[in-house]
Amino acid sequence: MSNQVPLHEGLFTWPAAKPQLLGSRCNQCAEATFPAQPDCRSCGSRQTTIVELGDRGILWTWTIQTFMPKQPYRSDETPETFRPYGVGYVEMPGGVRVEARLQANSPDQLQIGMPMQLDIIPFRTDKNGNQKMTFSFSAAQGV
Amino acid sequence: MNVAIIGIGLHRFGRSPNMSGMQQGASAVRAALADAGLSWADMQFAYGGSQDGGNADALVNELGLTGLQFTNIWNGCATGGSSLHAAYSSIKSGEYDVGVVVGFDKHPRGAFNPRPKEWGLDEWYGETGLMLTTQFFALKTQRYMHDHGITEDALIRVSEKAFTNGSLTPTAWRQQALSYEEIANSAMVSDPLRKYMFCSPAEGGAALIICNADKAHQYCSNPLFLKAAAVRTRHYGSFEVFAPSQAMEVADAPTVTASKAAFEQAGIGPEDVDVMQLQDTDSGTEIMHMAENGFCEHGEQEKLLLEGATGIHGRLPINTDGGCLANGEPVGASGLRQVYEVCVQLRGEGGARQVPNEPKVGYTHVYGAPGISGVNIITK
Repeated sequence: MSNQVPLHEGLFTWPAAKPQLLGSRCNQCAEATFPAQPDCRSCGSRQTTIVELGDRGILWTWTIQTFMPKQPYRSDETPETFRPYGVGYVEMPGGVRVEARLQANSPDQLQIGMPMQLDIIPFRTDKNGNQKMTFSFSAAQGV
Repeated sequence: MNVAIIGIGLHRFGRSPNMSGMQQGASAVRAALADAGLSWADMQFAYGGSQDGGNADALVNELGLTGLQFTNIWNGCATGGSSLHAAYSSIKSGEYDVGVVVGFDKHPRGAFNPRPKEWGLDEWYGETGLMLTTQFFALKTQRYMHDHGITEDALIRVSEKAFTNGSLTPTAWRQQALSYEEIANSAMVSDPLRKYMFCSPAEGGAALIICNADKAHQYCSNPLFLKAAAVRTRHYGSFEVFAPSQAMEVADAPTVTASKAAFEQAGIGPEDVDVMQLQDTDSGTEIMHMAENGFCEHGEQEKLLLEGATGIHGRLPINTDGGCLANGEPVGASGLRQVYEVCVQLRGEGGARQVPNEPKVGYTHVYGAPGISGVNIITK
């Protein structure tokens, strides 16, 4: 069994029983952003706090990536194995819309306003055989 | 101090396999100089930009080492708008009387592949396949259609009009008109946008000779006047390309603020414009830009397109040369091609694509990553 490691530190709590997306909130104007950043793009303050943005949200807009992107895209796929993927912005309870890959990849599976849930999924394997994990959303279960 | 445009030049967009991007830029400058009846040695300043064609100021190696001030400009797809704004300011300030603005490019085939670091983003954003301009325009269009009752019919009609206009434009890259059905049945690229609803990265060059309006008649009998040049970046909350997150409160796009600033500078309103070029990276953005630039209300586009109002003979002639859809997008040159086409129309030299009734006021709008707009207003 290979190790699973986050593709990038600080994007989500993981491993965790219920992983959460991480962002930052401005101590001054309370605007949230993803990923977390030390300064606030709304008011320019340098005082922000890392916060959990949640693990469920509402789909605000979506599309489907039908062709395999060129670099900087870096997956294990080849043009032959490439599988189209959904992309959307998901409105999070933390007060920000986050752009993410969606596991659904057909228009009939996606609708603006549908409830979504966060999944932490393997994205690619690095040269040491570690699985790089990223965040993604799928239709919420059990709502 | 008023600003005049006294020469326009284009190196045809599309593919020029035997020419570098730089050579295509030089070709456009030579054409603009010939149009103005001036020589390179008469140029007191130059502003130029290119994404993949090299440093614009290296053009002096082609055109002559005259010692002029030459400043490179880079502002993504809005490079042309920013270059022209810089030239406008140079004349307005009284520092110079005559100079050139040039843009050129030569992109490889296929979608652009931006580097996250250059846009202040971490590698994961690009690696996981979120950093595509095509995706963003699809995401924005999808939400816009939902909010304003726009249907696929409108998207198809924008492309149909673009390729019809391209077929009437000898310099266009895509010169074949496409039927409604061909567009409607073309492959889905990024839902809701299909293959024939996207422009392609391309090659080409465009140049303008800009002059102090008080001296314009010394050089030419038919100067046009650059009444406004405004460039604006995004506000917090506007929904823009290359954004890993989006604020809950959606703010006006930079296009809205650039457009308002330009109309204010010119002292006119959208109702006074006779011919316009609006950034049409894809058919969805043309629809959104119609309203963002003040030419209609949000949602009104569906009806306007159905009526043919944005065609050459309509009341809002948009992208008379086929726009980016029919000309492709060499990033550095694209914004200046828009100005070139508006000048052709105001001079009455549009031939088969000429807007009737002697248009007197033209408008150009360019949009680029990561949320920048440039607007120009040109009059007879």
